[in-house]
Amino acid sequence: MAGSLALAPSAFANFITPKGGGSPNADSIHTLYLVVLIVAAVVFVAVESALVYAVFTFRAKKHPVARQIHGNTRLEIGWTSAAALILLILAVVTFVKLPSIVNPPNSQKDGYALSASVTEPNPPNGQKLRVCVQGRQYIWRYTYGQNCLKTGYAAHDPYSYTTMVVPVHTTVVLAIQSLDVIHSWWIPSLGGKVDAVPGDTTYTWFQATHVGKYRGQCAQLCGWNHDAMDAYVDVVTPAQYKAFLSGQTRVIRDQNRQVSQLRSILTSENQLGS
Amino acid sequence: MATVAPEEYAVQPVPQVLAHEVHAPRESKKWMDWVLTTDHKKIGIMYLVLTFVFFCMGGVEALLMRSQLAVPNNTLLNPEHYNQLLTLHGTTMIFLFVVPVWAGFGNYMVPLMIGARDMAFPRLNALSFWLLACGGIVFYATLFWKPPDAGWWSYPPLSEALFSPSGGQDAWIFLIHLTGISSLLGAINFYVTIVNMRAPGMSWNRLPLFIWGILIYAILLIIALPVVAAAVTMLLTDRHFGTHFFDPTTHGSPVLWQHLFWFFGHPEVYIMIMPGFAVVSEVVPVFSRKPIFGYKAFAAATAVIAFLATLVWAHHMFASPIPIVVLGFFMLSSFLIGIPTGVKIFGWIATMWQGSLVMTTAMWYCVGFIAIFLIGGITGIFLAVFPVDWQLNDTYFVVAHFHYVLMGGAVFTVFAGVYYWFPKMTGRLCNERWGKISFWIMFVGFNATFFVQHALGLSGMPRRIYTYPPGVGWSTYNLISSIGSYILAVGIITSILNWAISYKRGKVAGPDPWKANTLEWFTSSPPPTNNFDVIPRVRSVTPMLDIRREVERHTGVTQKRAGAEQFLHEHEQLTHS
Repeated sequence: MAGSLALAPSAFANFITPKGGGSPNADSIHTLYLVVLIVAAVVFVAVESALVYAVFTFRAKKHPVARQIHGNTRLEIGWTSAAALILLILAVVTFVKLPSIVNPPNSQKDGYALSASVTEPNPPNGQKLRVCVQGRQYIWRYTYGQNCLKTGYAAHDPYSYTTMVVPVHTTVVLAIQSLDVIHSWWIPSLGGKVDAVPGDTTYTWFQATHVGKYRGQCAQLCGWNHDAMDAYVDVVTPAQYKAFLSGQTRVIRDQNRQVSQLRSILTSENQLGS
Repeated sequence: MATVAPEEYAVQPVPQVLAHEVHAPRESKKWMDWVLTTDHKKIGIMYLVLTFVFFCMGGVEALLMRSQLAVPNNTLLNPEHYNQLLTLHGTTMIFLFVVPVWAGFGNYMVPLMIGARDMAFPRLNALSFWLLACGGIVFYATLFWKPPDAGWWSYPPLSEALFSPSGGQDAWIFLIHLTGISSLLGAINFYVTIVNMRAPGMSWNRLPLFIWGILIYAILLIIALPVVAAAVTMLLTDRHFGTHFFDPTTHGSPVLWQHLFWFFGHPEVYIMIMPGFAVVSEVVPVFSRKPIFGYKAFAAATAVIAFLATLVWAHHMFASPIPIVVLGFFMLSSFLIGIPTGVKIFGWIATMWQGSLVMTTAMWYCVGFIAIFLIGGITGIFLAVFPVDWQLNDTYFVVAHFHYVLMGGAVFTVFAGVYYWFPKMTGRLCNERWGKISFWIMFVGFNATFFVQHALGLSGMPRRIYTYPPGVGWSTYNLISSIGSYILAVGIITSILNWAISYKRGKVAGPDPWKANTLEWFTSSPPPTNNFDVIPRVRSVTPMLDIRREVERHTGVTQKRAGAEQFLHEHEQLTHS
């Protein structure tokens, strides 16, 4: 239900609700937001109408004698408990919705084929695609590889900058780190934001519901070019993803080879020149 | 008073001050009087004037930022200047305007409202003011070099020497220390004054609600300020003396800073709005011609908010690396603080209910405050639900939320306070018509500026970006917001001009133009140096009401008490003549 609401194409979709529609966790947050919004709207209308009514009804001209009331204990206890009850309901709803936001589901059958691993957060069958996200002033780097956290640069895992490519219908777990200052990873349609704090590793996940491209950007002030720290997630089919990985591996290998060739040429020229 | 013939009560303002200025004023230069003064009223006026100067500077900074964001890919400002402006704006409004402006009101009003002749430590009081002035000078002097640009929250590592090498960041630290010591000394002074120097008979359950607000303000400052003082000192030693408290490359923790900073930063929010609540709790009963609805509930809610304010800090850090169970705790504690806040909002509306409302400018600002603050309170509940906050945190939704809270909760109540106490401070009445015009311009401008910012945040615009590309759905909202900010500025300027002109040309107010409830209206306007020659015994929370009732009983002449007919008549004469 929430998904269909989020997907409903409307010019005002994000006037009163956050983005969603790209991943189940974003949709769950969207649903939770709607619950809070409905409760809030009722409280808002009730209190503002009471205020406006009071201002226009009890003007001195219309209502010349003020009733000298000092309070009403029953009424005061009543509205205190009413406020508490509303908040209790919201707390219960939040904790009911929380698992669907925090815990990833299994990949769907037509998703990318994966093997099991054991780091949080984890879908029930343990099969997930890990991407390591590294923030630095002022660009995002993505390393693709189940062991990207442990081996880092050493394993020659394929990587890309700014645009992350992921397979559709697949549970993707992001391990987020920062190289310098605090950044914040956020693709609104794919779920909430997670800070990239140097010295810490933070995690989030998404499972893209359909092929497409999503935009986001760094959400924590990270310096002068904070505004330019864009992030894109390109959701493709599993076959395209496989092709992307091998293509990216080849490109990186070729370019590394060119760099080392260039380096050897430059160093030998230097030796000749000296 | 026994010497005044009964029939004279009808024509003379009641009560009256019988004598003051027992000695002739010593000869001195007038400006030296101000520089060397230890009189709480003069210090209060200096606080108010200085903080309004900073308010205008912070406002200009805000207008520059809104101008930059009015259209996509704007190049009016470069990112360096934009980051400096957002740091200056936040720091100025918090440390140099809202917190000290309440010290200004508190200085002027606390001794008068509790029936004292000055603050407990008058010289300490002067020191507080001059430390504030020094803090402002140190901070704004960076305009001639390099202003700080890591934000008013100054998260390391960005605020560490490696990423912010300029002295601007150190000036910011110095400002926190100077204004911090200023506020701490002021808070101790308020606390001691309120605890020890109340008029005879003014027990805790007869304390005016404004004094409750200032008392809680002082207690929260005493709790919160040492923590931020420690944190910025650690930042200073990190930057210059080789420590690594917040440096992750040597096992320091940037998250430690966040905990320390927000342990101060959230009580700070209540430091800024509790006195504002308290102003509303004074003004609404006076102009409803009714007692406050549930005095004890109001005083209790104030104390409960102060207690809970120290337990909610991590709701600023829901996207930081913190375990889920801790996030759950801070969601629940943030929910809890909504309850006493709701009690206050219901209480104000119930006070107006069945009243006889005189809609003066001060009263309009209070009504506007309730309408605006309610929205800020409700969006606070959205942000307290931490999974929802994962979407909204660090977006313009948060900017909208805290401007609804702080602009509504602090600035509108500051304006209510100025309009309410202007006659007492200057001896003259403000022009009510221009006051109301200013209120409505501000109300419209405020909502135009900040309401669409909720939508901006929901459509994914993060805070603190100096520009944005076209075609992402943010351009229209941003343009509306920028236009709104200019309307808001016009409203504020209207009020400031109104005060300046009324100060010169306003009608003479007399001791008690509003027929109010509390003791500051017992003395002349402006009050003499010693405030009171005779301090009356206080028998209820509304001593002036008791005095008027007593006079009525002795003379048989109706004083302005319940029912606003007489008062309204007089009020209309004041505004239309």
